[in-house]
Amino acid sequence: MLRRILLPLAQSLRDLTPIVGVVALFQLLVLRQPLPDLAGLLGGLLLVVVGLALFTKGLELGLFPIGEALAHALARRGSLALLLLFAFALGFGTTVAEPALIAIADEAARVAAQGLAIPDTAEARQDYSLGLRYTVAISVGCAIVLGVIRILKGWPVQWLIMAGYAGVVVLTGFAPPEIVGIAYDSGGVTTSTITVPLVTALGVGLASSIAGRSPLVDGFGLIAFASLTPMIFVMAYGALR
Amino acid sequence: MSGWLDSLLAILRTTVVDVVPIALVLFGFQYLVLRRPVPRLPRVVLGFVLVVVGMVFFLEGLEQALFPLGRLMAQSLTSPEFLGLPAPSTAWQDYLWIYLFAAALGFATTIAEPALIAVAFEASRITGGAINAWGLRLAVAVGVAIGIALGCFRIVTGTPLPYYIISGYVLVLIQTAYAPKAIVALAYDTGGVTTSTVTVPLVAALGLGLASQVPGRSPLLDGFGLIAFGSLFPMMTVMGYAQAGEWLARRRRLEKAS
Repeated sequence: MLRRILLPLAQSLRDLTPIVGVVALFQLLVLRQPLPDLAGLLGGLLLVVVGLALFTKGLELGLFPIGEALAHALARRGSLALLLLFAFALGFGTTVAEPALIAIADEAARVAAQGLAIPDTAEARQDYSLGLRYTVAISVGCAIVLGVIRILKGWPVQWLIMAGYAGVVVLTGFAPPEIVGIAYDSGGVTTSTITVPLVTALGVGLASSIAGRSPLVDGFGLIAFASLTPMIFVMAYGALR
Repeated sequence: MSGWLDSLLAILRTTVVDVVPIALVLFGFQYLVLRRPVPRLPRVVLGFVLVVVGMVFFLEGLEQALFPLGRLMAQSLTSPEFLGLPAPSTAWQDYLWIYLFAAALGFATTIAEPALIAVAFEASRITGGAINAWGLRLAVAVGVAIGIALGCFRIVTGTPLPYYIISGYVLVLIQTAYAPKAIVALAYDTGGVTTSTVTVPLVAALGLGLASQVPGRSPLLDGFGLIAFGSLFPMMTVMGYAQAGEWLARRRRLEKAS
C-alpha cells in the first residue's frame, strides 16, 4: 500500500529533478545569487509534485481502464457512426481536461489582456482562455475522427500530414500575427498526459481488430494529427474572431 | 491563509467543470451504448476524485512555482546588471546565457522524460537493437535543446515565427523522403512526446519572460513559439540520427567489401 502511494510520488519527483537541477546550477554558478522567495517556490514545487502524483494515480485507477476497455469494445463493434462519435468525444473530452493546455490558455489570456488585444477583465480573460481551449479540443476531436477514418481506409499517414502542413502554411498568411505563436504552441501542448494513452489505446485497438492493419504502423498516426489540427483550428479561430 | 484557500476553491470549481466532459463521454458510452455496468466502479470513482484533486494541486503549484521560476530565470539571465551592460541591449550576441540556459533546460528535461524512455526502449526492442535506446534519447534531447535555444534567439531578434517553422517543415518533409522508413513514424511521434506537462508551462513562462525583457519585443507577438520549436526539432534530429546510422553502416560494409 505504501509502495503504491510512494511510486507515483517518486515518478513525479523525477519529472521535476532535471528542472530543479538546471535552475540550481545556473543560480549557483552563473547568477551567484539566492532565489528570491525560495520558500514560496519550494512550496509551489511541492504542490506540483503532489498534484502530478495524485493526477497520474487517478488516471491509472479511473480513466485509463474504462477508456481503454471502451475503445476496444467500440473498435470491435463495427458501427461506424458510433465509433466516429466516440472518437470525437474522446478527443474533445481529454483535451478539455489537459492540465498543460489549461495552463497555457490562461497564460495566453493574461498576455492578450496585457497587450490590449482583449479587455483586461477577469471575464474577458476567462472567455478568451475557454474559447482557445474549446477550439483546441474540437480540433483534437476532428483529428481523432480523421485518424480513425485513415486507419479504416488504410490511407498513408504522410499525405495527410503534408496536407496538414500545407493548411498551416496557408492559414498563417491569413491569421492575425498575435495568434500565430499561440496556435503553433497549442500543437505541442495537446499531446501530453491524458490524451496520448487513451487515443493510442483507441488507435491500437482499432488497428488490431481490422485485418491487414498493423497496430504499430496504423495505430500511432493519431497523435501526429492531434498535434497538427490545433494549429490550423486556432489560427482559423483567430482569423474569424 | 484564507486567500490561499479561496484560490484553491476557485481552482477546484473550474477543475470539476474541466473533468465533466471526459467523465460524461466515458460513462455515457458505457451505460447508453455498451449497456454494461462499469467494472470496479468505486475504484474508477476514486480515480476521478484523485484526478480532480491532483489537477487542483498541480495548477496551484504551477501558479506559485513553475510560472514564476520561468519568468525569474528569463529576467535574471537577461538583466543588464548581470550582463554587465549599461542599458538593455537588442543585439542577439548579448544574450548567450539565456540560449545556454534554454538548451540545458531542454536537454535535461527531455533526457529524463519517462514517456521518451519508454518509447526509446520499445523502439530498440522492436528493431532488434538497430535503433539504440540511448542514441535515440540523446538525439531527441539534442533536438529539443537546439529547438528551444533557437526559439530564444528568435524571440531576441524578433524575426517572424512562421519562417522558422515552415522551413523546419520543409526540411522534415525532405528528410522523410530519404530517412529509413522504420524511423519516420517514430520520429513524428517524438515531437509530441517531449512536451510534458511540467516542461510546457516552464518553457512558456521562459519565452514570455524573455519577450518582456528584451527592448522592442512584445510578449503577445514574440513570446510564444518555444514549444513549437521544441516539438519540431526532435523530428529532424531523430531522422538525422537514423540517416547517420544508415550511412555509417553502409560505409562499413563498403570498407569490408573492398
